[in-house]
Amino acid sequence: MNAIVNRLGDSTTGSGEDVPLIVSSRFTEPAGHTLEGYRNSGSYRGYEGLRSALERSPSEVGEIVKEATLLGRGGAGFPAGVKWGFCPPDVWPRYIVVNGDESEPGTYKDRVLMERDPHQLIEGCLLAAYAIGAAQVFLYVRGEMAHAQERIAAALNEAYEANLVGRNILGSDFSVDIVLTWGAGAYIVGEETALIESLEGNRGMPRLKPPFFPAAKGLYMQPTVVNNVETLSNLPWLFEHGVNAFRETGTESSPGTRLIALSGHVNNPGVFEVAQGTTTFRDLFESPRYGAGIRNGHELKMFIPGGASAPWFFSEHLDIPLEAREVGPAGSMLGSGAVVVMDETTDAVRACLRLVRFFARESCGKCTPCREGTTWEEQILTRILEGHGRPSDIDLLTDIGDNISPGPYPVAADPGSGLEAVPFPPRQTTICPLGPSSVAPITSALRRFRSEFTDKIKRRDPIPVSSEPVPVNHAGEFDSGAAHV
Amino acid sequence: MARLNADNVALAERIIARYPKPRSALIPLCHLAQEQDGWLSEEAMAHIAELIDCTPAQVLGTASFYEMFKLHPVGRYCVNVCTNISCQLLGGEELLEHAEETLGVRSGGTTEDGMFTLEDVECVAACTEAPAVQVNYRYFHRLDTEAFDELISALRAGELEDSVPPHGTLAKVRQELDGDRVANITAPQDQSKPVWIERAEAAARSGGDDS
Ligand SMILES: Cc1cc2nc3c(=O)[nH]c(=O)nc-3n(C[C@H](O)[C@H](O)[C@H](O)COP(=O)(O)O)c2cc1C
Ligand code: SF4
Ligand code: FES
Repeated sequence: MNAIVNRLGDSTTGSGEDVPLIVSSRFTEPAGHTLEGYRNSGSYRGYEGLRSALERSPSEVGEIVKEATLLGRGGAGFPAGVKWGFCPPDVWPRYIVVNGDESEPGTYKDRVLMERDPHQLIEGCLLAAYAIGAAQVFLYVRGEMAHAQERIAAALNEAYEANLVGRNILGSDFSVDIVLTWGAGAYIVGEETALIESLEGNRGMPRLKPPFFPAAKGLYMQPTVVNNVETLSNLPWLFEHGVNAFRETGTESSPGTRLIALSGHVNNPGVFEVAQGTTTFRDLFESPRYGAGIRNGHELKMFIPGGASAPWFFSEHLDIPLEAREVGPAGSMLGSGAVVVMDETTDAVRACLRLVRFFARESCGKCTPCREGTTWEEQILTRILEGHGRPSDIDLLTDIGDNISPGPYPVAADPGSGLEAVPFPPRQTTICPLGPSSVAPITSALRRFRSEFTDKIKRRDPIPVSSEPVPVNHAGEFDSGAAHV
Repeated sequence: MARLNADNVALAERIIARYPKPRSALIPLCHLAQEQDGWLSEEAMAHIAELIDCTPAQVLGTASFYEMFKLHPVGRYCVNVCTNISCQLLGGEELLEHAEETLGVRSGGTTEDGMFTLEDVECVAACTEAPAVQVNYRYFHRLDTEAFDELISALRAGELEDSVPPHGTLAKVRQELDGDRVANITAPQDQSKPVWIERAEAAARSGGDDS
């Protein structure tokens, strides 16, 4: 039994060789989560970056993050330094809310960071708080992650004890509290304004932007920076090694590394730290360091490049690098670093239904197109799969999608039919992008695998009204033949 | 069940003090009540409302939004099987069916002895370790049907008491945030420009690089 209990993601490794381990260098250190381990293992010395940053002015610290072009790792890829600069001058207090709500299907990286290197995240929070002048940091961890909460609580207790958090940090005039707080199970709370609502003790329903951009009107209507766990976890290494070292990996527009959770039908699924901008999906799937090939010699059918909300890619996209500027025009997004691989044995309609069902379950219900639309999408896909589909269902699905996200929806090119790619992002009739995300799997699957839908619609699989055999006339276009004897 | 007991009221007061506004403690306090009773009762919600100065309906309104809050008693162990995409691809849905058979309840149900509540859940952030299961929010990775049954027998036999506490308990380590190391937690309207920002701006104004 212990073998199962101890199995905390054994396949989780860094990548090594030519890629520096910026955030994952302590993943395999047994004591990497302790203050002692943070100071004495890994790719930099813990809390030294903070010490040196405290000798600079807050605005210099902000400039360094800007120069580094540290892109947000939570999904939208917005540069952190630029975001910090959006806080209106001279409105106080300011807050930082750390987004540790990781729930996008396929995404598994923030949990590893919180469980295995909590001090790295805490130091990142301190650097951000010093730069923007935050009064308080709220570290919001997903409710279901008990172990991450434990590790962060223990690390914060150590850090307070060592005068690294709290009053007059390291003897300076910089003081800030970091408060661990946690959710209670709702994907939508990962959306930054919903996160703030939740932190105010409310239902996690997004706010309209504008006017409620967190940097202007966030927590308690005060300027608030919301950053992802991985984004902030990059800061300590950056301040220890400097901007030039950070920018050596990756490309001009996407420097540094990213944690990628590679899951699904590969031989070696795992969480890998890879170079942004230059690593291709082929490297990820085929390299023995990463995926080590599609499982058991099967063939790739499709893959999701950036979490459940991302439109699907196919074998012709394998040589695209992990670079937003290339993935976006090809019709999808890098999102949250979640790459899900599906081989040729996968039923496209079933995979599509499972993704859509997620959005239907997790819709917060605030906007009608999303609340109703995702529910209808789920019901229609369910009846198609169960053998009760109608020929009009394909148009109906397209029409519902168009009501949630008007106009052509982002999708990859289809070499078979000559249809071109529709670039990311989608438009929306909704408050947040959750509703529109539900259209991604449907549009991708319908464009590429339409026959899988139509074949299921043609198949009739009625449940008999009586267990006695009844003569049934299958000729007409009835919903369920047995009822119309 | 019950209102928060005296120890938990003391703890609740310390939690409330961490936030600039008491209402922000709503979710952590609901977790605390659930830790005490195993589920979230009306009495507990009314008590929380008193503590954070809002109405019981507001507590219920928030609590009912979140899946982890159980407004009815559940089993000692909540067994959550992930059926989302990465787990589905590697047998998560089949594992759920198997779990239904092993436990003799459908997803959402509780076994008659009150030991287990089974749920099919969305991605639990263990996608590379599929199919993934959580028991009271503790992870079990790459479970096949045999390992699942083994897990259930071990839970039944009480062999995992140390690693899997009863439903409602999340982190077993709490953040300590008291005493003179704490910086400054006050209501938003009472806070002005932080001193280190003030100091750096003054240094910049005087043209000095002595910051
Ligand atoms: C439906 C939805 C869910 C989201 N979930 C998360 C999440 O779990 N974690 C996260 O960091 N960002 C999530 N985001 C993105 C956040 O809104 C926000 O952009 C991000 O936390 C900003 O941090 P970053 O700039 O450091 O990436 C989500 C967005 C949407 C629309
Ligand atoms: S799009 Fe959906 S999840 Fe987002 S605010 Fe509207 S109803 Fe809520
Ligand atoms: S899909 Fe099952 S843990 Fe992510």
